[in-house]
Amino acid sequence: MTTTTTDSAATKAETATEAKQPTGFKGLWGAGRPARAAVGFAAAAVVLFAVAPLALSDFRLGLLAKYLCTAMVAVGICLAWGRGGLLTLGQGVFFGLGGYAMAMHLKIADAGPGNLPDFMQLYGTATELPWWWRPFGNPVFALAATVLLPMAVAAILGSFIFRRRVKGAYFAILSQALAAAFSIWLIGQQATTGGTNGLTDIQGFFGYDLDDPVNQRMVYFIIAAVLLLLIASARQLIHSRYGELLVAVRDSEERVRFLGYNPANVKLVAYVVAAGMAGLAGALFVPVVGIISPALIGIVPSIELVIGAAVGGRASLVGAVLGAVGVAWAKTALSEEFPAAWTYFQGLLFVVALAFLPGGLASLAGIIRRRRANQALGGEVA
Amino acid sequence: MTVILGQTFTGISIGAVLLLIALGLSLTFGQMNVINMAHGEFIMAGAYTTYVLQKSITSAGLSMLVALPVAFLVSGALGALLEWLLIRRLYLRPLDTLLVTWGVSLMLQQLARDIFGAPNVQTRAPDVLTGHITVLGGDDPLTFANSRLFILGLAIAAVVALSLTLRLTPLGRRIRAVVQNRDLAEVSGISTGRVDRTAFFIGSGLAGVAGVALTLVGPIGPTMGTNVIIDAFLVIVVGGIGQLKGSVIVAFVLGVLQSVLEYSTTVSVAKVLVLVAIVAFLQWRPQGLYTLRTRSLV
Repeated sequence: MTTTTTDSAATKAETATEAKQPTGFKGLWGAGRPARAAVGFAAAAVVLFAVAPLALSDFRLGLLAKYLCTAMVAVGICLAWGRGGLLTLGQGVFFGLGGYAMAMHLKIADAGPGNLPDFMQLYGTATELPWWWRPFGNPVFALAATVLLPMAVAAILGSFIFRRRVKGAYFAILSQALAAAFSIWLIGQQATTGGTNGLTDIQGFFGYDLDDPVNQRMVYFIIAAVLLLLIASARQLIHSRYGELLVAVRDSEERVRFLGYNPANVKLVAYVVAAGMAGLAGALFVPVVGIISPALIGIVPSIELVIGAAVGGRASLVGAVLGAVGVAWAKTALSEEFPAAWTYFQGLLFVVALAFLPGGLASLAGIIRRRRANQALGGEVA
Repeated sequence: MTVILGQTFTGISIGAVLLLIALGLSLTFGQMNVINMAHGEFIMAGAYTTYVLQKSITSAGLSMLVALPVAFLVSGALGALLEWLLIRRLYLRPLDTLLVTWGVSLMLQQLARDIFGAPNVQTRAPDVLTGHITVLGGDDPLTFANSRLFILGLAIAAVVALSLTLRLTPLGRRIRAVVQNRDLAEVSGISTGRVDRTAFFIGSGLAGVAGVALTLVGPIGPTMGTNVIIDAFLVIVVGGIGQLKGSVIVAFVLGVLQSVLEYSTTVSVAKVLVLVAIVAFLQWRPQGLYTLRTRSLV
């Protein structure tokens, strides 16, 4: 659906050849095949802004908007995990922080000045807005918080974790525990966070009525634009000097340290940027679905966010984005008809994609190309 | 005083449960370096084994006695099968084992849902374990539930059995040899593939035993594995990978910490505080409580 930039450097071999190319031309799309990237990007823009809105019904377009939000998270996962080797199973936390920041503002705005959000009146426990809700009444603060709050949390946590060289499995498990703790904490704070239900029934979006299909369409366009922006900046980052360093840290952290860089900082940047992207995705998810709840951000959804990137190709931006959209679409299509079958399919997808195709679908092209080349050589080169 | 003792005992019994669920992992994750997310579902398999056996054996006491070895075999067989089908292809990519086995765990959960239904099921505890013993009499009596004491005993027995197996038996020596230097073990004539599978069988079997114990403290359902797996991994990580004594100490410390925090705050805040404590602890000892001293750079 989103034929975006043509960065398909999924394998290390390709990354290496790319690095050898002269990097004199640093245009809008950075080094490496800028023309192809620009064409792919333009095609994606046409599909997202012209084809999809014309071809899809309002309902389907809403679903697509939802998938594009998961794709935004996948862009961050591609950076942190695919490029940096940081398997973060807690992206749901940052998605949730962004989502709750946005939802809190929209709830306050819905309630009107001086009134409490509906669920607080229902429980009758709070007579006035809790102090930490108050700043979110300000739209500028709330908007900034959707991105800066997740980034700040990631920065604090990441600097603790990476400086002490907690990595690999330790990091994955810690990030997963974070997702569990965050959702449990939200559920526990019934009176101020809506508990298990979360923040529901969001009506307006900065003064626009969300029931109006025209406004829903606008939200879709905002999401599509933000996604393209994120992909472009991620691509720029990947092809920068920093991007090379990130891959170097993934492949041999010690060597990078001996060269005089601090791998902790390199990893921290990827983690924080990925968190910001997830936060933005969460914030834009809220007006589409009208709800944010612990069920959307715990362990299971956090891993589901990773699966798309894994199936599509963790190290390739296009792969990760298409994988995220594809898997989210498959989930809707399959779970509407056969809810049980979806779980089996999802499990199988994980097993097949990671056990037998670690580079994801994006690496298929490269594998086929290499096999053809080998056959052309008479199959002598293994 | 009674309150403190009572909370401490609660903490120790939480610790015993933690230890039981983490023990199998200390073999598969700690020794084999495989992050088996389906471990929680092996625990679930053990719990459902107890449930099934109780359907045919009406005496709750007898069915639980039978369930312990049967659950060990059932979960062990599942583990060995998983190792043979998938994990042996992934020993060089430990992070990928995490996601692959997560996929397996999803499928096992759905399988349990299809066979036993989505709602939780209940087993009857044996009569011996339903009561409690009174430790301190008087106006404010201090009582220990028998089932909790049984789990504590089971956890201790399992730790002793595992550690004796690893230290004293030829199999244990082979497992340690493979863990320490796979290539050297291979050239010494040890079939590393078979050792891997056996180690996986034992580790997963211990998950089954934990599952039997869990039927005494909570409901049995398709999602019970997910609820315990993270805690189990945290115990291993904080204890130090591959260090049995680390896991034992950390399980009890975390159990008591959790119990004390739950008493002074709420359950959900306690969970968050425990995690904060763990992150803080890893600042002090990034490799866990006990580590093998090596010359490696990390």
